[in-house]
Amino acid sequence: MSATAVRQPTSNSPPRAARARITAVTSGKGGVGKTFVTANLAAALARQGRRVLVLDADLGLANLDVVLNLAPKVTLHEVFTGKGVLQEAIVPAPGGFSALLAGSGMIEYSRMTPEVRDQFTRVIEQVAPRYDHVLLDTGAGISDVVLYAVSLADDVLVVVTPEPTSMTDAYATIKVLAATQARRELNLVVNQTRELGEERAVRGQLQQVVDRFVNPTLDSPVRLELLGHVPLDIAVRDAVLRRELLLEAMPGAPAALAVVALATRLVG
Amino acid sequence: MQLELALQLLRQSGHELPAGKPGSTPWLQGLIDSLVDMSSRDALTGLANRRSFELALGREIDRVARIGEPALLLALDIDHFKLVNDTHGHASGDCVLKAVAQALLESVRPMDLVARVGGEEFAIVMPNCPSSFGEAVAERVRRRIEAMPVNIGLSQQLRVSVSVGGAFAPQWVRSSPQLWIERADLQLYRAKAQGRNRVCLEPAAVSVVSAEEKALLFGISQYQDIE
Repeated sequence: MSATAVRQPTSNSPPRAARARITAVTSGKGGVGKTFVTANLAAALARQGRRVLVLDADLGLANLDVVLNLAPKVTLHEVFTGKGVLQEAIVPAPGGFSALLAGSGMIEYSRMTPEVRDQFTRVIEQVAPRYDHVLLDTGAGISDVVLYAVSLADDVLVVVTPEPTSMTDAYATIKVLAATQARRELNLVVNQTRELGEERAVRGQLQQVVDRFVNPTLDSPVRLELLGHVPLDIAVRDAVLRRELLLEAMPGAPAALAVVALATRLVG
Repeated sequence: MQLELALQLLRQSGHELPAGKPGSTPWLQGLIDSLVDMSSRDALTGLANRRSFELALGREIDRVARIGEPALLLALDIDHFKLVNDTHGHASGDCVLKAVAQALLESVRPMDLVARVGGEEFAIVMPNCPSSFGEAVAERVRRRIEAMPVNIGLSQQLRVSVSVGGAFAPQWVRSSPQLWIERADLQLYRAKAQGRNRVCLEPAAVSVVSAEEKALLFGISQYQDIE
């Protein structure tokens, strides 16, 4: 049984839902720390006594395995092609949560087909009743696969950094989600902030453009909720280079404390 | 049982009466089929009515989500229809509605569903319509109405036009018929606002960020807290 490493529920853990809450983590632009936020958020949620699964929904260019330093024999690739069973593909990750990795060779699934769609839906349906929280680490960009993964989620978390390119891509993502899905509330996480209050400025700028260009085209306005921020922290780079979770390697680092605060606000 | 009333309604709506021995199972089945057909059509134009249109739209959106085939929904509205009624009377208004309905049917493929969803509002569901054809298809429908003379009475002819709004179903993505209708309606309002007798389709490439949007995104000092 591979689930032994997963933190067992304690008496004061939160009440069990019949079905996991599914949160999609997306960003538009790559390299803004989406997978870093997802993996450490999962560890923070697990510490709060939740059963958490991180699913690598970046089917074309998965890298959750690199971040978590895992190399399972059975991945989503084997499950999709019928060469492995789902239960074997769910592996314990450092940090006390479970991970379902895409594996190499998933490049053939980077375009959405009815087959991929059905496989993906089937996997989600099977894992949802067994966890409290499922985090979908989506790919960069706004591909069909990303949009589809996001459409399966109960809520969306957009990771953005204060850089203009990241903000532009985050805005494009928000625009597409507002137009193609009935998403009216999106959570924002501002990563790599350099000064106090920068996260509020980033949210304010994005909301302003959404109000001006997106909301007039919609029946009800899109609202960006600032879930929180993660300060620029040299400890993050160190942990990533060592292929360790920040919450495991340096739980007292400012960025680690910020992720714990994010987790609290996400479920609170 | 309101059998007699049912038969009267069918006769009045031009439906064939059920064959077979009255009261027998095949006769009852025929009766139910005819009643179903009658209750899914608009009495004046014979097009699908709002009820059957919404059912069809639900089926289509499920199909699009499953197969990923592009599908277009057009929302159409006869321009200044109230004026026709007020100037020429309701009988003439009915002539216009019937003529438009017929022209819509003739300007689309047999697989497309044409419905009358309100007074002078129509809708067309077009399965398997590639996004690059959307504009041409909608424009063909609009021109067809524009070019068509409507006979009201023996010697009088009218010209009418329609405004057309359109939106493609989101491929692969979980959505609802309501959201699809809203998106097409929004484009119809745009077409009306831009002067009527025109087509507005929802722009496909919403992921493009314009220079104006970028200017607003970065125009103001990035560190200024606007809250």
